[in-house]
Amino acid sequence: MGKRTVVPFGPQHPVLPEPIHLDLVLEDEKVVEAIPSIGFVHRGLEKLVEKRDYQEMAYVSERICGICSFVHGHGYCETLEGLFQVEVPDRAKFLRIMWGELSRMHSHLLWLGLMADAFGFESLFMQAWRLREKILDIFEQTTGGRIIHSVCKVGGLWRDVPEDMLKKIVETLEGMEGELQELANVFLKDYTVQKRTQGLGKMSAEEAFECGAMGPMLRGSGVAMDMRGLGQSGYEHLKFDPVVEQGGDCYARTNVRIREVFQSIDLIKQAIGLMPEGSIENKVKGSPEGECLVRMEQPRGQVIYYAKANGTRHLERFRVRTPTFANIMPLLNMLPGCDLADVPILVLTIDPCISCTER
Amino acid sequence: MGLGVMGKTVMRNLFGKPATVMYPVVKKEFYPTTRGSILYDESTCNYCTLCAKRCPSQAITVDRAEKVWRIDRKRCLTCNFCISVCNKDSLSCVQEYAAPVVKEFDSWLFQAERIAGEKIEGLEGQEGFSDKDA
Repeated sequence: MGKRTVVPFGPQHPVLPEPIHLDLVLEDEKVVEAIPSIGFVHRGLEKLVEKRDYQEMAYVSERICGICSFVHGHGYCETLEGLFQVEVPDRAKFLRIMWGELSRMHSHLLWLGLMADAFGFESLFMQAWRLREKILDIFEQTTGGRIIHSVCKVGGLWRDVPEDMLKKIVETLEGMEGELQELANVFLKDYTVQKRTQGLGKMSAEEAFECGAMGPMLRGSGVAMDMRGLGQSGYEHLKFDPVVEQGGDCYARTNVRIREVFQSIDLIKQAIGLMPEGSIENKVKGSPEGECLVRMEQPRGQVIYYAKANGTRHLERFRVRTPTFANIMPLLNMLPGCDLADVPILVLTIDPCISCTER
Repeated sequence: MGLGVMGKTVMRNLFGKPATVMYPVVKKEFYPTTRGSILYDESTCNYCTLCAKRCPSQAITVDRAEKVWRIDRKRCLTCNFCISVCNKDSLSCVQEYAAPVVKEFDSWLFQAERIAGEKIEGLEGQEGFSDKDA
């Protein structure tokens, strides 16, 4: 047995986009144990619900995360719509799907870039982010904001998208498919990339399920669990099969995310094709009362929203369980036994979003 | 990795147009939908304070007695909620972003008309803040 050393990893580290701290116990170059600590970016957004009007809170909930901001705003509005028992018009549902899937594409492309950066492939990182820029442009043209969109409101949407813009979105996405395929080829067929990702952080289906892994982590291990398959909020009209890979290693998880980008393009095309004319909002009146729980699929996995209201303009309790929180456990399971040099890739493979986790 | 996998991308990057804009020589056009900053119209406002009450970040302050409407550009999220609650259509959204704040705390920071592209008194002579690139 070699000498044991403790190496602190994070919260400030070149490879980490957000602050998570890991105490890595090393034996020579091998990791023996990892002890996590979070709590560096806690902002008390859940507590703020007691001071903000329920309509204002839709803007605050968008700011839980800077990458899946639309999904958080959407999730909050769906929870409140559950409390009010309001049905959203079909056009608004499909527009929400469109923006949700664009968020997924933008999040996955961002992650692919960060992953390339983690194994030192800088030009691939820039290539992924160049494609992401097109999605951000679509967001700015349709919602008015690149990152924070502020289009969801309780009962519907603030903004409609004109027909010619919808056609333009489809054209842009079709034009992107070729470039995406070239990007995917490098991630999946390149020798150096394969060497860094194949066989790393292997997790069997049972292990992933037992640890409570979510999203691409779980689907990369061969478990077909996707909240979009629940048939809620308009997804029941679309043809959808979860993307599943059997490998269970970093390579499989990369593959899941790449295939999900293509799947999102397909879902956006379907949603735009099915989008009816009509209103985008059903007005809500009064104050919410009761309890509601909503499960949704974020780019990173399953997210749970819970709200409790007491008949006033302010909610009594609002709770968000984000996928990164669930994915920290499988990360701690994967780390022992790996090399120190592989730690950045393993941390990134869960797609950590610590701001989401701590709120 | 052979040239076949990334060759096309490399060629496009070498001989294609740059992805970035040569700012400030070339200015990037805003989209008509871009939420830049909030514009206030004094002539129609009746100082009902609804916008100040409903602002999620409490950026707006309204003094009814003095008839003064103020916005803190550093706090404003440009979520446009104030525009939707305004009964008199005194508020609107423009594409230009608010000008950068160069002083820590000053009264002009709160002025309603402070938007990029407008002349700001007392700042003309300062380095990096001429009228042309303001």
